[in-house]
Amino acid sequence: MTPKPVLLWTDVVLYAMVLLLIWYAWRVRGNPNLRANWARVARDPAALCAGIVLALFACVTLVDSVHFRRALAPSADAPAGTATFYATSTESLLDAVLARQVQMRESGYSEPLAYLGFNMQALERDGKPVRDFPRLAFGGAHLASPADWAGDVRLRAFAGLAAGAAAALLATLLVAWLNRAQHGGVTGALKDIAMDRTHVPLRAALVTVAVVCVLVGPLVALMGHYHVFGTDRTGNDVLYQALKSVRTAFVIGTLATMATLPLAMVLGVLAGYFKGWVDEVIQYLYTTLTSVPNVLLIAACVLMVQVFLDKHPEMFETGAERSDLKMFLLCVILGLTGWATLCRLIRGETLKLRELDFVQAATAFGVSHARIMARHIMPNVMHLVLITTVLSFSDLILYEAVLTYVGVGVDPSMNSFGGMINLARSEMSRDPVVWWSFIAAFGFMVALVLAANLFADGVRDAFDPRARSLRPRVLARRVAGPSA
Amino acid sequence: MLKIDDLKVALDADAGLVKAIDGLALCIERGETFALVGESGCGKSMTALALMRLLPDAGRVTAGSVLLEGQDVLALPESRMRSVRGGRIGMIFQEPSTSLNPVMRVGDQIVEAIEAHTALRGAAARAKAIDWLGRVGIPEPERRIDEYPFRLSGGQKQRVMIAMTLAAEPDFLIADEPTTALDVTIQAQILDLLKRLQREQGMGLLLITHDLAVVSGMAHRVALMYAGQIIEVASAPEFFAAPRHPYAQLLLRALPDSAKRGGALAAIPGTVPPLWQDFEGCRFAPRCDRVFGACHTTRPDLLTAEGREVRCLLYAPGGAGAGALRAGPDSTLHFAAPPLKASVGALLLDVKGLRVRFPVRSGLLQRAQRAFTAVDDVSFQIAAGQTLALVGESGCGKTTTGKAIVQLLRSRALIDGQALFNGEDLFALEGAALLAARRSVQIIFQDPFASLNPRMRVFDILEEGMRALRPELGSVARHGTIEALIDQVGLRRDTLQRYPHEFSGGQRQRIAIARALAVQPQLIVCDEPTSALDVSVQAQILNLLRDLQRELGVSYLFITHNIGVVEYIADQIVVMNAGRVEEAGATSAVLTRPKSAYTRTLLAAVPRIRGRLPA
Repeated sequence: MTPKPVLLWTDVVLYAMVLLLIWYAWRVRGNPNLRANWARVARDPAALCAGIVLALFACVTLVDSVHFRRALAPSADAPAGTATFYATSTESLLDAVLARQVQMRESGYSEPLAYLGFNMQALERDGKPVRDFPRLAFGGAHLASPADWAGDVRLRAFAGLAAGAAAALLATLLVAWLNRAQHGGVTGALKDIAMDRTHVPLRAALVTVAVVCVLVGPLVALMGHYHVFGTDRTGNDVLYQALKSVRTAFVIGTLATMATLPLAMVLGVLAGYFKGWVDEVIQYLYTTLTSVPNVLLIAACVLMVQVFLDKHPEMFETGAERSDLKMFLLCVILGLTGWATLCRLIRGETLKLRELDFVQAATAFGVSHARIMARHIMPNVMHLVLITTVLSFSDLILYEAVLTYVGVGVDPSMNSFGGMINLARSEMSRDPVVWWSFIAAFGFMVALVLAANLFADGVRDAFDPRARSLRPRVLARRVAGPSA
Repeated sequence: MLKIDDLKVALDADAGLVKAIDGLALCIERGETFALVGESGCGKSMTALALMRLLPDAGRVTAGSVLLEGQDVLALPESRMRSVRGGRIGMIFQEPSTSLNPVMRVGDQIVEAIEAHTALRGAAARAKAIDWLGRVGIPEPERRIDEYPFRLSGGQKQRVMIAMTLAAEPDFLIADEPTTALDVTIQAQILDLLKRLQREQGMGLLLITHDLAVVSGMAHRVALMYAGQIIEVASAPEFFAAPRHPYAQLLLRALPDSAKRGGALAAIPGTVPPLWQDFEGCRFAPRCDRVFGACHTTRPDLLTAEGREVRCLLYAPGGAGAGALRAGPDSTLHFAAPPLKASVGALLLDVKGLRVRFPVRSGLLQRAQRAFTAVDDVSFQIAAGQTLALVGESGCGKTTTGKAIVQLLRSRALIDGQALFNGEDLFALEGAALLAARRSVQIIFQDPFASLNPRMRVFDILEEGMRALRPELGSVARHGTIEALIDQVGLRRDTLQRYPHEFSGGQRQRIAIARALAVQPQLIVCDEPTSALDVSVQAQILNLLRDLQRELGVSYLFITHNIGVVEYIADQIVVMNAGRVEEAGATSAVLTRPKSAYTRTLLAAVPRIRGRLPA
C-alpha cells in the first residue's frame, strides 16, 4: 500500500535548484573571493536574521514539494493481483503533517481561536428552534463548557510558549557549545555572545531564533484544537492556507527569476560583446518589450496557456498537476517578459569589461569569442546576476499577488496570497468584517518579502564594491578596542 | 605656521584597523615649499586629507594635533572649519577632470570660492576671477570665464583649479600630486606656475608627490615617508646630494637613467608592509640593504642631527653612524649580466606606413561618415633582441600603434600600411597563420590591476594562452612550463593556486609578463608596463625585462612617456606627436642631439634631479 510518488513540474525545478545551491556552496568553499563576500553577508546582522527567516520559509516550501497520491484500499471483491488504485487528489508531505488541519473543516466563517461559528444559524436547542451562533465542529470541540475556553487557550498558549522558550535556550546552548573553542569554554562563549563580541553576529541570530520559537510554540500548541487564524467561507483553516501559499510565493519568486536569467545573460553578454548590429537587434527587442504594458502581455500569454490546458485534459491525472503546470508556465511567462532590466545591466557591464586589458590579452592569445565570453565576461558579471536575482525575488512575490488579484495569476484551486487577498476583497466589505484571512495573508507575505528584501540588501552590500565604500562604518568602537 | 604634531590616523578596512599615519610631525612656514614624498600607500595623501578634515568615512584621526597659527584645526566645530578649508588652507587635487563641476561654468565656480572666502561680491568678484584666470595663464580670460570645463584641456583645468584655490587667498596650499595626471610638457608649465605664485603670494606650499624629480626642482625642504611614518627630513639640496636613510639612498639609485644602462637598477626587494600589523622594529628592515640585528627589535625614533632628521638606527648614538653613509652603491650596479643570446641584429619587425583610423558614426543610420586618424604614416624597424621605445605624450597614438601590431584593433579600426614580421604582413594574415603570428607577438599592459581576470587563478591565467596557441603541449608539459615560467619571473610556485587580488602591483606585473612569455613570443609590446608602479618596484620590473631579453633574445616595443626609462632600456627611439613620427634614431643620438623642435621641448620639460649623488 505504498503511496505513488508524484513529480510535479515545479517540484523538479525546485529540486534542481536545491542541487544548484549545493553546488554553488561547494564552489564558494573553494573560492576565497566568494567566501569572503558571503562571510560579509553573514556578518551583517540584518541579512543574517533575514536569512534565517527565509530559510524557515524555504523549509516549509521543500516539505510542501514532496508530492504523492495515497493508494486506495482495494475493494473487498477485487481479485488478488489487480492494479492498486490511487486517490484522485495529490497530497504533499506538508498536507500529511497538517492532516488534522485539513480535516478540521467547519461549515463557514469562524474567528481566530473561536469555538462558535461567525454566522448565526437556526438551531434546535432543547427541542425548540433558536437562532444562535453554532458550536464549531472542530474548533474548541473538546471543551466541555464554553466557560473553559479562556483558561484552555491560555494554558495551551503558555505551554507552547514555554516549549518555544526551551527550544530557543537549547539552541543558544548548542551555539555556545559549538563556539566554545574560540571563546574559552561554554560560559565564555555565552558571555561573548551576550556582549556581541563574536565574529558573526550570533546574538542577533539567536534573538531571531528565539522570536521564531516563541511565536511558533503557541501556534503549534493551539492549532490542534483551534483555528488559530480562523476559517474562510467554506470553513477551511486559514493557517493551513497561508502555509500552503508560502510555497506558491516561493516558487514564483525563485522560478520566475531563474527563468529571466538565460535570456538576460545570453542576450546581454552578446549585445555588449559584439556591439554593432547584434547590439542593435537586442536593444530593439527589449526596448519594444518594455514598452508593452506588462500586465497586458502576461494576461495574453496566460490566457493562451489556459486555452492550451483546457484543450488537453488528457495530459493530467489530477487537478493538482494541472494547476501546477499552469503555475510553472506562469513562471516561464514572467521570465520571458521580465528579462529586460537585467539584460540592460549586463550589456552595460560587458561593454565596460570587453575593453579591459585581460579581455584584450585573451584576444591577443587568439582565444575564441565563445571562450572569452564564457571565461572572462560571464564570471565577471555574476555579481550583477546574483544581486538582481535576490532583489527581484520579493518583487515577483508581490507581482504574483497582483496578477492573481487581477485574475491572470495562478489557478484558483491553488492556495496563494494573491488568491486570499482576492477573496478578502468581498470579506472586507461586508459587515461585520471578516479580517483574519486578509491579515494572515498580509502578515505572512510581509514577513517573507521583508526577509527577502533585507537579505537582498545584505547581498548587494557585500557583492557591489561601490555600495560597500558608501556604507558608514562604526569606527569609534573598534579604534577604542585595540589601542586601549 | 602650520604645525602637525604626533598625528595618527586609522582606517577601518576588511583586514583590520589600518594605521595609515603613525605619529607624523612636521612644520611648514609661510613662504616655504615643503615636499612630502613617498611611494603609494605610505600615507602622504591621507596626511593632506587629515589636515583638511576630509578623511573618508572609514577613517579617523586617533591622536595628535594640527596647529594653524597656534589654533588646533582638529578641535574646530565643522561650521568654523568651513572657513579654514579653502579660506586659510587651499587644496589642489590630482585629477583636474573630476575636481571641477562639469555642469557649472568655470567662472561661476571661481566666483563661488571668492564669495565664500572674501568680502568681494558680484561684479567685483567676477573681476577678481578674471584677474586670477589671467594670472594662472589662461589666454583671453574675459571670454574663457564663461566656458564649461569640458571645453578646456587637462592642463587648463588644473590652471582653473589653481586659480579657484588661490582666489580665496589661502595662507597655505596643499597640492596633492598636482601634475601626476598631466603630460610632461604641461607638468613643467604647471610646476612653474605653482612656483611663481607661491613666491608672489608668500604662502606655504605642501607639495605631495611620488616623483623625486619634481621635488628636486620645487621644494625647499623634503620629508620622505615610508609605511605611515616620516623617515627623513632635510633641505632639498642636502637630501638629493647625500640622503641619509638607506631607503632614501636606495630610492635615488632605483631611478632609471642613461648612466645606468647595461647594469641592473638598485631594485629594493619586497614591497611596503601592510599597515594593520604591529611593528616591533624598523618598518623598512625587511627590505633594507644595511640591516643589522637591532633593526628587528628596536623601533627607531626620528633623530635630529645637524639640522636634519632621520629615523634610522645607523644614526642612533652607538650606531654605525655617518661613517656608513658612503656605502658602496656600486655593489649592485654592475653585477655580471647573463650572456647575450645569438641572432641579435636580424630584422624582426618592419612597420611601413602604418595608418590607423577609427570610424566616427553619426547620422540617422549610424553610418561611418568620417574617420578619426589616430596614427598616420608611422614606420619603424625592430631588430631581434633589441628594444625600440615609442615615446610621446598622451593621445599621440603610441598605444594605438602597439595594439594595431598585436592585432587587437581588427574589426574596430581601418588599418592601412604593412607590418612585416619576419617578412610576413601581420595585417594580411588569417586563420592558422594569424594564430601562429599571435604566438610570436604578445603584449604587456599598463594597469596590472585590469590586465588579469580577477575570477581566474594564476595557473589558469598562464595556461590560457598555451591552450590556445600551443595545443601540441599536453597537460603535464603545460604544467612543467608554467612552473618554469613562474620561477623565471621570480615568483614562488604557490602563487599558481591563488587569485590575482592577493598580489601587489609589481607581482601582478610579473604574472602578466609570465603570461606573455608562456607562448614564447619573439616580440613583446610593453604598453607603459611600469607607469602604474612605484619607483622601487619599477626598478624590479625593468631589471626583469632586461634579464629576460638577455636570456631569451626577445625584442621589446616599449611604449612609454618616461624619458628616464627610455634612457635606461631602449636601443632605438621613435618620438611620436599627434599620430606622426616626429623623430627616430638611436637612443643616445636622439636624446643628446634632438633634431626636431618638439623633441627638444619634450626633453626640456622632463624634470630631473639636480645635484644628485653620483651613481
